[in-house]
Amino acid sequence: MTVEPAEPGLLQKLQASAREQVTGSPGDVVFKLLALGFTLIILLLAGLLLYTVWTGASESIGEFGFFSFIVTQEWNPVFREFGALHVIVGTLASSAIAVVLAVPVALGIALFITELAPPAIRGIVAFTIDILAAIPSIVYGLWGLHVLLPFLDQHINPLLINYLGWLPFFDRPAFGFSLLTASIILAIMIVPIISAIAREVIGSVPTAQKEGMLALGATRWEVMWKVILPYARAGIVGAIILGLARAIGETMAVTMVIGNAHYISANILAPSATMASIIANEFREATYSLYLSALIHVGLVLMFISLIVNILARVLVWSVASDPGGDRR
Amino acid sequence: MALSAADFNYRRRKLISAVMLGAAATSAIGMIAVLFLILGYVFIQGGQAIDFAFFTELPRPVGQEGGGMANAIVGSLIVLAIAGVLAIPVGFFAGIYLSEYASTTFAGAVRFVIETMAGVPSIVIGIFAFVLIVRPMGTYSAIAGGFALAMIMIPIFARAAEEALKTVPFSLREAAMALGVPSWRIVLRVVVPTAGPGIITAAMLALARAGGETAPLIFTALGNRFWQEGLTSPIATLPVQIWEYASGPYADLHRQAWAGSLVLVAMTVGIIGLVRLLYRGTSFRQF
Repeated sequence: MTVEPAEPGLLQKLQASAREQVTGSPGDVVFKLLALGFTLIILLLAGLLLYTVWTGASESIGEFGFFSFIVTQEWNPVFREFGALHVIVGTLASSAIAVVLAVPVALGIALFITELAPPAIRGIVAFTIDILAAIPSIVYGLWGLHVLLPFLDQHINPLLINYLGWLPFFDRPAFGFSLLTASIILAIMIVPIISAIAREVIGSVPTAQKEGMLALGATRWEVMWKVILPYARAGIVGAIILGLARAIGETMAVTMVIGNAHYISANILAPSATMASIIANEFREATYSLYLSALIHVGLVLMFISLIVNILARVLVWSVASDPGGDRR
Repeated sequence: MALSAADFNYRRRKLISAVMLGAAATSAIGMIAVLFLILGYVFIQGGQAIDFAFFTELPRPVGQEGGGMANAIVGSLIVLAIAGVLAIPVGFFAGIYLSEYASTTFAGAVRFVIETMAGVPSIVIGIFAFVLIVRPMGTYSAIAGGFALAMIMIPIFARAAEEALKTVPFSLREAAMALGVPSWRIVLRVVVPTAGPGIITAAMLALARAGGETAPLIFTALGNRFWQEGLTSPIATLPVQIWEYASGPYADLHRQAWAGSLVLVAMTVGIIGLVRLLYRGTSFRQF
């Protein structure tokens, strides 16, 4: 005997309504499309970013060629001659020096926080270092220009010239405005970035590995140097490259202390310029469209370089994240 | 008594270890000292220069002492408000889509694009806003500046909103499903309110980040020594004003730049520091 529903077709109706509620409610479709729409806006903006900067640079690309612009060292707005080689070199040199200065300090901090500091002060040290990353770059620029630059000019540069003057890197004319000043500011800015990621990666090194090494009679430094750093190698390299990416794109602090001089010099105590710094410095003064387009062309090259560096870093950090040994991110 | 070779080697290793551990501790202490040196200058120099007029008056003509940055403070807030209005809905709904609906592959691809966008130098974002908005409009404007800052905010906020939504336990969603609630209402009435504090915090952090940006504003908002005349004309902002004052030769303007930095640091580092303090050990490390 079967149970007759009170009203014929009621069961079907209920089922249909339930199915609609679960899958096909109009609100659901609309809401999902809305969310998808906004997600697509982001993708659209990303595409538009590439396209727009490219079109902005098109006049310069047409005039000088995308690649020959990169390998030419000419910057003469009066004669309508532009080439970006010197600022590309300036960007890479200042970022590379910054990374060289920052990496030992950042790794030291990461090791101190994860391995050495008593638990009571661990959090406070990490917090304090992280605050450095929150300071706006204009404040770094102001401090660099009015505090660090005079200090270096009066106290450090004479020493460098006296004792290391036989190297081509430390020579007169030495102004406070220099590649070195920019690199030092950049180094301070990227230390918190590198050390924050390095801290996480180092935290993922299994305790058993460290204990095993200690049991073999290793000193604490040997544990760090021979176990922790090699184990966390890929992630640390990723962290360093992310720091490099940040240094390459940094604008304000560099613009204010580097002097924005259009030439390549081995002397790091001399003024120089980076891609970002000449854009910030000259964009508003670009009086004709080819000049403006050349600056945008520099921006295009800067974007490509930082995209490549960023993607490289992400891939490295991901390769650590997907490693079964580490449970990161 | 002479040391054996093994003893000597052991001492040497211990010495190296002590030196290197000391160096690690020194880097931490040194970097903290640098932080205090920077913040100390901002607080002392800025504190000496700041006064009531700084918040209420316009800049005086060059050479005349006194005056303030009232227009730049208000301008920064206006530009940030525009950025927030543009970026927060986009980031919010994109975060919802990524956390609630997207397939793993699509979400991964979008996340990749977002993180790549976050890596674009802010000066290039300025160029983007210039070519897209300033050039067709024929004028620098608050809108262009707001759009540029929105481009800085969107990747930060979208990812943070997604992370905040993902912390909502799946059992809550299941409980609502079992009650027959349609999934869009589950998202809006259960998931979003639960993740609410996290989402609001993420928005504040993204605003604080954007508020400290200078490079995207130089040739979008441009700057203005007077009050803005609506949203479609050049507008003063705090970071750009600090830059102009700091780079010039006038001592009085340098003092004002320090005062401006103090306000900027209080607004940005203050918010970020507070949030980090409250959410210690949670997922806001990307800031």
